[in-house]
Amino acid sequence: MVFSNTFIFGLLTGISLLLSFILDREKTVLGLKKGGKMLFNILHPFLNILILISIVLFFIPDSLIVHYLGANSGWYGFGIAAFVGSITLIPGFISYPLAATLLNEGATYAVVAVFMTTMMMVGIVTLPLEIKYFGRKAAIARNVLNLIAAIIIGIFMGWLM
Amino acid sequence: MKKHLKNYMWVILFVIFSVGSYFVGFKPGLVIYSNFNEFFIEMISFIPFLFIIIGLFDVWLPKEMLEKHIGRESGAKGIFLVILLAMLQAGPLYGAFPVAYILDKKGASVRNIFIYLGAFSSMKLPMLGIEIGYLGIKYTILRTLISLPLFIFVGFLMEKIVGSDFKVEEVKA
Repeated sequence: MVFSNTFIFGLLTGISLLLSFILDREKTVLGLKKGGKMLFNILHPFLNILILISIVLFFIPDSLIVHYLGANSGWYGFGIAAFVGSITLIPGFISYPLAATLLNEGATYAVVAVFMTTMMMVGIVTLPLEIKYFGRKAAIARNVLNLIAAIIIGIFMGWLM
Repeated sequence: MKKHLKNYMWVILFVIFSVGSYFVGFKPGLVIYSNFNEFFIEMISFIPFLFIIIGLFDVWLPKEMLEKHIGRESGAKGIFLVILLAMLQAGPLYGAFPVAYILDKKGASVRNIFIYLGAFSSMKLPMLGIEIGYLGIKYTILRTLISLPLFIFVGFLMEKIVGSDFKVEEVKA
């Protein structure tokens, strides 16, 4: 898993870099700087979340995750995933290690998909801010519609994976 | 310097905790460290590559170029461009609200604004890269293909619900 990731991303990066470098040397350097800066910006929240997962994983036994989010959890698991996903505010892309861990420990794809999708598309904590931008009606409608969409995504993912 | 120190406070504490656990033979500390080590190796094996690609995207596809073509009469092409624009962004969803205001000001249609939010929350390229890395290419492709029609539909539905003369408010920080 680790090796194939490195290989795929390394190959893709190598080809893109080479192409970009041939086309425009200056732009390529600028791009590298921008990418490096963005990487640096997410590095500490990313490391923090890895530390947090490492600690939490020590305290929560696999059996607990399987029981509440595994194959036999049914709608109950969906409910937990949707609820936790909707209220938590972990930026989408640093929550992936957590999703991978849940799968590893026995959660189903359907539950993980609901969890991740609600986390990305539904924001209870940010609702007051969203209301300021879009008004009450639009903000609530958007969150409700996305919650429904997330559950549909979960059902399909569970069926297809 | 002080800011960096504050940002990395937890990392520094964790390193001290791990080294300490090693020397006194504190078992739970060692287990937690080995958990972390596994995650860290997994991350470092592809994240740096990903950010090189993101940086290159940023310089080769300036976002301003796309923003010009997503107005009220833009149709399918507008939807396509607004999704492409969202894919090039990064950050949490609440970071997209100010962008929604700017899109509205530039004359984007209501449905395109909400399609933008949908694409922003589920199809950002940096995020897709990390998703592939952690959950696999099959998961990412399937999830994207299922999400895409759903959030376009949500965009149309939102336009029906709030009306096409809907305005995004400017919120000053």
